[in-house]
Amino acid sequence: MKRILAILMALMMVLSLTACGGSKAPAADGSATALKLGGVGPLTGGAAIYGNAAKQGAEIAVEEINAMGGEITFDLRYEDDAHDAEKSVNAYNTLKDWGMQIFLGSVTSTPGVATSVEANADNMFYLTPSASSTDVLGGVENPLTGTVDIARKANIFQMCFVDPNQGSASAQYISEKALGEKIAIIYKNDDVYSTGIYNSFAAKAAEMNLNIVSTTTFTTDSQNDFSVQIADAKDKGADLIFLPMYYDAASLILTQANAIGYNPTFFGVDGMDGILTVEGFDTALAEGVILLTPFNADSEDEATKSFVAKYKEKYGEIPNQFAADGYDCVYAIYEALKGADVNSKTSASDMCDLLVAKFTDSGFVFNGLTGEDMTWDVSGAVSKAPKGMVIENGAYVGMD
Amino acid sequence: MLTFLNHLINGISLGSVYAIIALGYTMVYGIAKMLNFAHGDVIMVGAYVCFFAVSSFGLPPVVGVLLAMLVCTVLGMTIERLAYKPLRQAPSLAVLITAIGVSYFLQNGAQLLWGSNQKMFPAFLSGEGLSLFKGQINVSSATIVTIIACIIIMLVLTFFTNKTKMGKAMRACSEDKGAAQLMGINVNTTISMTFAIGSALAAIAGVLLCSAYPILMPTTGSMPGIKAFTAAVFGGIGSIPGAMLGGILLGIIEIFAKAYISTQVSDAVVFAVLIIVLLVKPSGLLGKQIHEKV
Repeated sequence: MKRILAILMALMMVLSLTACGGSKAPAADGSATALKLGGVGPLTGGAAIYGNAAKQGAEIAVEEINAMGGEITFDLRYEDDAHDAEKSVNAYNTLKDWGMQIFLGSVTSTPGVATSVEANADNMFYLTPSASSTDVLGGVENPLTGTVDIARKANIFQMCFVDPNQGSASAQYISEKALGEKIAIIYKNDDVYSTGIYNSFAAKAAEMNLNIVSTTTFTTDSQNDFSVQIADAKDKGADLIFLPMYYDAASLILTQANAIGYNPTFFGVDGMDGILTVEGFDTALAEGVILLTPFNADSEDEATKSFVAKYKEKYGEIPNQFAADGYDCVYAIYEALKGADVNSKTSASDMCDLLVAKFTDSGFVFNGLTGEDMTWDVSGAVSKAPKGMVIENGAYVGMD
Repeated sequence: MLTFLNHLINGISLGSVYAIIALGYTMVYGIAKMLNFAHGDVIMVGAYVCFFAVSSFGLPPVVGVLLAMLVCTVLGMTIERLAYKPLRQAPSLAVLITAIGVSYFLQNGAQLLWGSNQKMFPAFLSGEGLSLFKGQINVSSATIVTIIACIIIMLVLTFFTNKTKMGKAMRACSEDKGAAQLMGINVNTTISMTFAIGSALAAIAGVLLCSAYPILMPTTGSMPGIKAFTAAVFGGIGSIPGAMLGGILLGIIEIFAKAYISTQVSDAVVFAVLIIVLLVKPSGLLGKQIHEKV
């Protein structure tokens, strides 16, 4: 009996090894001159879709750059954090032991807050594809209290919109385009991403005199049943529901609202991106959903088309916004390092000083898949215009 | 009043899903005296099997459900044979930890096999449903099917454990394994049988859970599993009607707390009620007080 147990344990260990194996293999040619680029994200667990997308996007960028055979090549390594802050810090330390010179940050916000503190203390350059909370950057005023809760961490930068920008941009967009008279909000109150967007949306909405009739919440533990939240919005006559959340919960809200015959306009943020790719989802339910997102996989633009084709060929999926963010991060670092005197011996701290100077330089403009003419300033937040998209016939159509 | 009725129906509908999962928990606990924390994940596997049978292979839903039951039964018995049986003489804490391990194993295994991307469960229970008060109150067909399935399963299980020979053997094992063995009952087979039944129930629960809330991911089963466990404790763990009552009450309390108190603190209210009930009646609503003779 013990032997059977032992065999089973051995099997489990082999399985878990193969699970990690994929992420641990260096993606690049492994040449000695390659710069060591590390990243941390949820490659397993409930948020794995985001971590894997960012990792795969970054892998494609690294492959392209290495294939060009220029001065700069990268050796990319991703570690799993299962969307857990503590594991993320451990993964970051593993990467440091490996000799990482530049850090692509954590993919998701909660772990990102933890790793950004560590990277700040180590003076390790940190450009996250998608950890959009202001707490990752620090130095941002809380719109409700007016105080700065976390000091600015000078070497931390974001490729994605910072949450408040999304919230206030959404409120502004709704107001300017007169999309709704009475607005309901459903947000996830145990998630920094969702509450961050909600706070800035509420602040901006008050400023713009938007009429918010219903505000309800849910948590990870109760994200099956939205009957109460939807009924509240319906009873109060809301004609637009703002959904600052990821698409997993949003798809349930759409389904359940439809089931009771309630069809307001739904307005989402970048987390809504991906709703059309859910296997088995009736895309008719998402018809007319509006979202602000920086990336559109159906775009006719050459760079996007080539990226989507490569991604599909390599991973068999259509890339989402996280993949594009991961891809852009690697290219932004590549652009910033062009012409600089760096090699695999440069210390992480020197590399960081160089990159921070370059990123905050007003002359540094980056064109990527998730936006054109992107710039960064000392706040660490990217400046790029969100694009309003509406879903028509199962595809994104630009609103402007 | 109509809003109240609407919330009540939503509560029953959520509660019936908890109830059907809780039946599996309570069945295994009542007989094998162990908390099978992997139950929620067996539910997830059942839902995946049904999903692939129906969406990818185009089989009729009934075949999908039967296939899911078959796969889950085999899976449940395999888990029992490999992970729990060797620990039959070990302290119950060891088995509990093993069950949590199995739960993670199943979740990560599912992720390797089927990917972490969520899937939308096909709506094959989306019939007309019931429409009351000129369409002001709608009861979805998934809810009706879940409640009916729940009642049937409860009755069949009660009949099975009280009247059949195997059921008698199960009750004997539950009372005293050693004595049952002396009376010629094969304890190992009986417990394996319990797991087989519990896992088949899990498959049905998985299909019904995903019909009501159609998002399917490797972690789909874990949270409803824990809520259902709470429901089973609430109703009196080990008691079959208790599981059903506990599940439905938990669903109603959860929805009412959201609707009439605050969506922010609904979970806190649910668990506060649980604590109060357990303080007043430690064995749960319908649980039996067991007196140990010294």
